[in-house]
Amino acid sequence: MYRGQSGMWSWLFHRITGLGVLFFLLIHIVDITLAGFGPTVYDDGIKIFSLGIVRVLSLALIASVLYHACNGLRILIIDFWPAGHKYQRQMFFAVVALSIAGFIPMAFFVVAPIFGRCPGAPNTCAPFI
Amino acid sequence: MSTATRTPAAARRSGADLLAVAIKVKRYQPDRSDKPYWQEFQLQVEPKDRLVDALNQIKWEQDGTLTFRRSCLHGVCGSDAMRVNGRNRLACKLLMKDVGTRITIEPMLGFPVIRDLVVDMDPFFAKYEKVKPFLINDEPAPAAERLQSAEERARYDDTTKCILCGACTGSCPSVWANRDWVGPASIVNAHRFIFDSRDRAAGERLRILGDRNGVWRCRTIFNCTEACPRGIHVTDAIEEVKRAIMYGSTETE
Ligand code: SF4
Ligand code: FES
Repeated sequence: MYRGQSGMWSWLFHRITGLGVLFFLLIHIVDITLAGFGPTVYDDGIKIFSLGIVRVLSLALIASVLYHACNGLRILIIDFWPAGHKYQRQMFFAVVALSIAGFIPMAFFVVAPIFGRCPGAPNTCAPFI
Repeated sequence: MSTATRTPAAARRSGADLLAVAIKVKRYQPDRSDKPYWQEFQLQVEPKDRLVDALNQIKWEQDGTLTFRRSCLHGVCGSDAMRVNGRNRLACKLLMKDVGTRITIEPMLGFPVIRDLVVDMDPFFAKYEKVKPFLINDEPAPAAERLQSAEERARYDDTTKCILCGACTGSCPSVWANRDWVGPASIVNAHRFIFDSRDRAAGERLRILGDRNGVWRCRTIFNCTEACPRGIHVTDAIEEVKRAIMYGSTETE
């Protein structure tokens, strides 16, 4: 294993999160397709997203989307701003900090129903199965 | 000639402040075994010895079959790039006091291994030649020389420093994944001529580097920049070439 620094990790996380998001997209295509079979099939189908284990997987999705988006901006800045390469390491830490900052509140809303709390959206809160 | 270089190594190594080091080498001796294997050497070195001195000491006093390239011993020829504690380094530019007492040495990744630390550089130089790393200018030569201002010279100064050691190319995950991709060292040497005001073939080189195995396989990982023993801003050079291709001009920065 090559002992790369932050740049190598930023790329590796970008790859892994990118593949993760792509995988979710495939699932999402399936769940949206259920709408073609009528509202009951769809409603029953997406109940799966209320399962405790799926909520935990959703956390991985949120983290992936946030990191991939922020690091994508970092790469754009490196590509287009001639001085961008000088700040690549600082920008990596900014990407991680931003991702965490965005993750915490979103994770709260996703995970709270597992503990029987439904902040903000009581009607979407299926009980923990 | 300094006396230090003539004193036998054993006599030189009699001082009190010697370091005891263990050097673990990933060896490959195709005539003995098909598989690479690890071998550890114990030795005493001076703190200001370079890693290449330690390797020489092993070769001369412990195991003459240990094979590695070295030539200038001063960071100029680029022949002794190897993976030291997981990162590509020139063995002649590392002091023993800076590498620790337990050292792991492997051949560079991304190159076929010929024997021990010696890797096959032929594909590397074939890719280097692909970018036409020489001045191309068919205009009639002036009586004296093709003049260039200090600013014009500064434009590509960083990439003139390359010694073609391959440390950048061997540190690049895109190279490990795809040995056809031209790799950072070739782009650095293309950059050196693309942004040279006396050269007339920037367009041709940008066409070569604009194809699918050209600059676009660079994922801005920055391993190359960290590995370069000459301190060249390799990723920056690649980004400049990317922008020159995208904007269709070398004059945008
Ligand atoms: S750019 Fe640096 S690391 Fe790459 S070949 Fe040249 S000197 Fe070696
Ligand atoms: S031996 Fe020449 S660069 Fe190290």
